[in-house]
Amino acid sequence: MHPVVPQPTPITRVTKELSDTFSIHLDVSARGFSYRPGQFNMLYLFGVGEVPISISGDREQGQELVHTIRAVGGVTRPMRTLKTGDFVGLRGPYGTYWPMEEAHGKDLLIAAGGLGLAPLRPAIVHALTHRDRYRRVIVLYGARSPDELLFLKEVERWRGRMDTEVAVTVDHAGDDWFGHVGVVTALVPRATFEAKDTVAFVCGPEVMIRFTVRELERRGVSREAIWVSMERSMKCAIGHCGHCQYGSHFVCKDGPVYRFDRLAPIFHVREV
Amino acid sequence: MEPAGQRNDTIALSRNALAGLVNAIKLDGFAVFGPTVRDGAIVYDHLDSLEDLPIGVTDKLAPGHYRLAPREDHALFGHHVGPHSLRREFLIPVATLFRARRTPQGFAQIEEPPPARKLALFGVRPCDLAAVAIQDRVLLNDAYRDTDYAARRHGVLVIAANCTQAGGTCFCASMNTGPEARAGFDLALTELDDDTIVCTIGSDVGRALVQRVEHVPASDQLLERARLLLNDAATHMGRTMDPHGLRDLLATTLEHPRWDDIASRCLGCANCTLSCPTCFCTSMEDMTSLDGTEASRLRRWDSCFTVAFSYVHGGAVRPSLKARYRQWLTHKLGSWHDQFGSSGCVGCGRCITWCPVGIDLTEEITALRQPGGS
Amino acid sequence: MEDLQRVLREHHFLKGLSDDHIHLVVGCTKNMRFKKSEYLLREGAASGTFYLLREGQVSLEAYVSGKGVMRLETVEPGDVLGVSWAFPPSRAHLDARALEPVLAFAVDGACLHAKMEADPALGYALMKPLLEATYARLERSRLQGLDVYRTGV
Repeated sequence: MHPVVPQPTPITRVTKELSDTFSIHLDVSARGFSYRPGQFNMLYLFGVGEVPISISGDREQGQELVHTIRAVGGVTRPMRTLKTGDFVGLRGPYGTYWPMEEAHGKDLLIAAGGLGLAPLRPAIVHALTHRDRYRRVIVLYGARSPDELLFLKEVERWRGRMDTEVAVTVDHAGDDWFGHVGVVTALVPRATFEAKDTVAFVCGPEVMIRFTVRELERRGVSREAIWVSMERSMKCAIGHCGHCQYGSHFVCKDGPVYRFDRLAPIFHVREV
Repeated sequence: MEPAGQRNDTIALSRNALAGLVNAIKLDGFAVFGPTVRDGAIVYDHLDSLEDLPIGVTDKLAPGHYRLAPREDHALFGHHVGPHSLRREFLIPVATLFRARRTPQGFAQIEEPPPARKLALFGVRPCDLAAVAIQDRVLLNDAYRDTDYAARRHGVLVIAANCTQAGGTCFCASMNTGPEARAGFDLALTELDDDTIVCTIGSDVGRALVQRVEHVPASDQLLERARLLLNDAATHMGRTMDPHGLRDLLATTLEHPRWDDIASRCLGCANCTLSCPTCFCTSMEDMTSLDGTEASRLRRWDSCFTVAFSYVHGGAVRPSLKARYRQWLTHKLGSWHDQFGSSGCVGCGRCITWCPVGIDLTEEITALRQPGGS
Repeated sequence: MEDLQRVLREHHFLKGLSDDHIHLVVGCTKNMRFKKSEYLLREGAASGTFYLLREGQVSLEAYVSGKGVMRLETVEPGDVLGVSWAFPPSRAHLDARALEPVLAFAVDGACLHAKMEADPALGYALMKPLLEATYARLERSRLQGLDVYRTGV
């Protein structure tokens, strides 16, 4: 079988997250599925096309996989009509993952921007499940506006824990929002962590990553301790089609998660 | 295939015997593909007999220039490389990777037998063979295996034709892929004159094949003639390019002003990528039958020269022509080393020949070696 | 007074100042409390006061006719507020409203200004963190202006 052949996989649930964002829950119990936080799958809509979607969660020990999708393209828009009992094609998991063990015994700082929280959610859940492996756990999350905050209930649950520092901010808000207003980078200087002993995971739009990395470096976190997730056009996910090339990297297999210092030579070069 | 090139692995054939060899291959059920004249160019296509080779025809190659011309002799292999490479045979321009029928359980794959064809390549060039090895590394010997490519590559018989002359855009000697084939063949031919061919045996299959036609061991004199011809071709390449340090050069010159200069000439037509024997970029297209009950996925040649190639939601990563040309060249000559352990260039010169404005990557590399801003 | 000196020097903004300079600032500073929803600054109003926030979150807002209150940024303990004091005509260009009970050091601008003029070393010592805070806010505004989470139109 060709490696790009997807497997039909039933949808157990579809949940609306934001006005243009939804999560589909897939039943993968029939085949068994293991993945690492930060990896992605290719989801196929019969005859329409295929898109790379990071795994945003799982339930019941990997029996059910969650993918959070923003309806912005030719495949993701028609995916909005999917409902319980429908099927999508699935192949994966692909790519590199958040190196949880790098942060063992250290402060773990997770900075997410917008939909960038989705690929970080499994990392956060993993860290909170094995909370004793880390010193401080800090989650900084920024979105465009209050109604574009993802997984808000869950974020509130994380915030309710005494052993975790969670700060949420939005770029723009009206009078009815009582949280922080301002960019996610503003949360970095306010967070409590030991810079020299911190591992940071950052995911969001590339500009958000740039500014956040700078803020982390300003606080004294070294580039070797910062991990970022990159986005490029991924079509085949197996390193064959060439679309996701980023310098010498195929983001689909060498990424999407990179240690920042390894990207540093090309990170600020335009149009690489 | 075992190492070739030993004295007793080199024989001499007449042209008649070579014609017999083609017939023997056909008798074994192979479709024979090799260089032939079609539509004013020498392309790789079906050969019925030795007569279908471009006998007495050569090709004049220069930047942005390709013309056929008669030769004074009746050489079989007195030409260089045309617009087609072997990529068309293995990483075919359009392949169906997956077909499925809609079912109550979502969909079911329509199983199809892998493409099966006994293919013999006859008279293919060393640079093109080197390119096949490079594509093998990408599509067969990486983490994933393209099964369509694998099926087409399987069991291919290869009769190479060494180059006894170099074309105006050739630089295989610089890239160490020619003018003599070193690996990846069953037999390799060196045409000495209209009736004398020296043949290096590269495999047991090749050895068995030549047993079926009249041949003699190659004499020292013939071997010396072959060596002189190949040396002459190597020292008369139309182009040269110093391959050393290209990986580092291209990794450190991303902001070199030369890229703007190239972009002012480049038309973004993608000819270089389509004629390149190692370019492997493809797109995947999903579609359904008109009634929506069947779906298929096609793999189609794509090019990093299109704006849409790098599109992520919101826009293309490389909207400027400068960035797209830079992507192609830095990948081909630079980052390919990081990815696959070799250069992605075999020195065939097609990208120079088929560039409508004659952009010559060997010249561009020379320019990039000059300090920025000069 | 000595007590004020002690707490003032713990404020993030004044960390780099010498005891002597802190002492000069103390002379221009008083403690202030604001109830929730109370304004620290009003857009367009003369603003002679420079606040160093100690407790509580403050919202920087602009009122846009037809849209209502646009919250531009929230500032936190450790931040400064009312930089417009330093430049004529010293009018606030945003509303600053307490989102919860706020405790702040209120520095009298005219008083501080006179001391800074008289003692350039103090002026420099204060301008450094002021520039840093202003630059950080400029950087944040730029990132905010890029609207990076906006999806394709």
